[in-house]
Amino acid sequence: MTALIELRGARAKLGGREVLTGVDMRLERGEIVTIVGPNGSGKSTLMRVIIGAVPLQGGSLTKAPGLRIGYVPQKLQIDPTLPLSVRRFLSLPARVSDGAAAEALDHVGGAGLEGRQMADLSGGQFQRVLLARALLRRPDLLILDEATQGLDQPGSARFYRLIEQLRQELGCAVLMVSHELHVVMAASDRVLCLNGHVCCEGAPEHVASAPEYRALFGSGTQGALALYRHQHDHDHGAGCDHDHDHDPAHHHQEGHTDA
Amino acid sequence: MLDDFLVRAALAGLGVGLAAAPLGCLVVWRRMAYFGDATAHAAILGVALSLAFDMSIFTGVLVVALSMALLVSTLSGRGYAMDTLLGVMAHSAIAFGLVAVSFVSGVRIDLMAYLFGDILAVGKSDLLVIWGGAALVLGLLCWRWQALLTATLNPDLARASGIDPERERLVLTLALALVVAVAIKVVGTLLIAAMLLIPAAAARPFARTPEAMALVAAVFGAVSALGGLQASLWFDTPTGPSVVCLAAVIFLGASLVDVLRRAAQGGGSQAK
Repeated sequence: MTALIELRGARAKLGGREVLTGVDMRLERGEIVTIVGPNGSGKSTLMRVIIGAVPLQGGSLTKAPGLRIGYVPQKLQIDPTLPLSVRRFLSLPARVSDGAAAEALDHVGGAGLEGRQMADLSGGQFQRVLLARALLRRPDLLILDEATQGLDQPGSARFYRLIEQLRQELGCAVLMVSHELHVVMAASDRVLCLNGHVCCEGAPEHVASAPEYRALFGSGTQGALALYRHQHDHDHGAGCDHDHDHDPAHHHQEGHTDA
Repeated sequence: MLDDFLVRAALAGLGVGLAAAPLGCLVVWRRMAYFGDATAHAAILGVALSLAFDMSIFTGVLVVALSMALLVSTLSGRGYAMDTLLGVMAHSAIAFGLVAVSFVSGVRIDLMAYLFGDILAVGKSDLLVIWGGAALVLGLLCWRWQALLTATLNPDLARASGIDPERERLVLTLALALVVAVAIKVVGTLLIAAMLLIPAAAARPFARTPEAMALVAAVFGAVSALGGLQASLWFDTPTGPSVVCLAAVIFLGASLVDVLRRAAQGGGSQAK
């Protein structure tokens, strides 16, 4: 099976500074990969390289032929002078039928939002609408750049559960960036720790205990991961053991039936 | 019918109003208000050049407005804030233009006509240029509308869908230069930016989608053009400024309606 995306020795600049200094990564169909890294480690630049907004200074980026990307940006500021209903937003850049729009909204738990103005949505609704728009392209790959900014912790946990559920239903791969290490890592098949280059990667638990990761984030984050696991246990009782690294779809079904 | 100068003036104003409205919406959404100014002011330089090199005014203005727009597009994002850059360009362009005009010897030109337009002097060939230009601009905008809108919303969102935001900006720049070149005779360089911005701004409270805003702006633009012409006959006032005055009055009315409506909804405290 060919990779959806393959980067080899990718280098890229942001404002004159080389923020990506040789990134090697592969993304396979249907997997959820999270990129973690400290501020300024090039996470957003890497996303923007993949969508084609930042040119490579060196190395290579190979995309599967006909790859369709659904992109959920870090933030979307809508100028107050621009009137934009949710329904209209979903028809950008390609017009979609009312049925398709309703279905996409329904998929992300935002049914009935069509007539609302984008500016009037709450943070959580806004993210769901962004996600719905990305889904309308029938993406092979969903890219989420800090998509839960501005959501509270339960809100972002719900959001990531939704992502997992969508991956199951649609079979698309998901590539995401997040600061919320504990929540995100638990929802991922694979974690890439980025600091200009990929310094370690693997299953979430593996990365969390890797010395490179500890060096970047300190051991304090282990506590956060533990905290998450604790909440997780609490959610669905004692009978469930968590190997986060395998078959997350399966684990998801057991885990998060409540939303 | 076209022999009547008033009919020609009305048609000219209508053409400019219709083309400027949707373009003005994009300018407002993208916070490019001064971009219109800079391009328009550069037009004076274009007038000087066309006199010096014996070109048609339309060609000269189009060339200069276009190069100005391209220059600003290129320079932006090189360390200067956009508003500073545009301010520098707008004012120096008009200064250089006025100086350049003074060098063109032998021709006495009525500078006021280019600054404020002379809609009553529009001839049949001018009408052809205006409506041709307006049709071209509207066609261009219709063709690129979805992409322009996506790029306006967020450049990265556009990229991810395979739209090049740079190219869309170029399309917009081209359309702006065209409208300026076409409108110079009607409202003049000082007031073109007003015809772009004011109807669009007035339309905002009445629209829930971008297209509705463009449509309402077009109606406001047309009403301003025709009403301003009529008012200038009644009160014996200069026509170009009268058109803009009426647009401003419409804007004021629209803002009032908006404020009252918000107050009625109990959302009146929300500042606009």
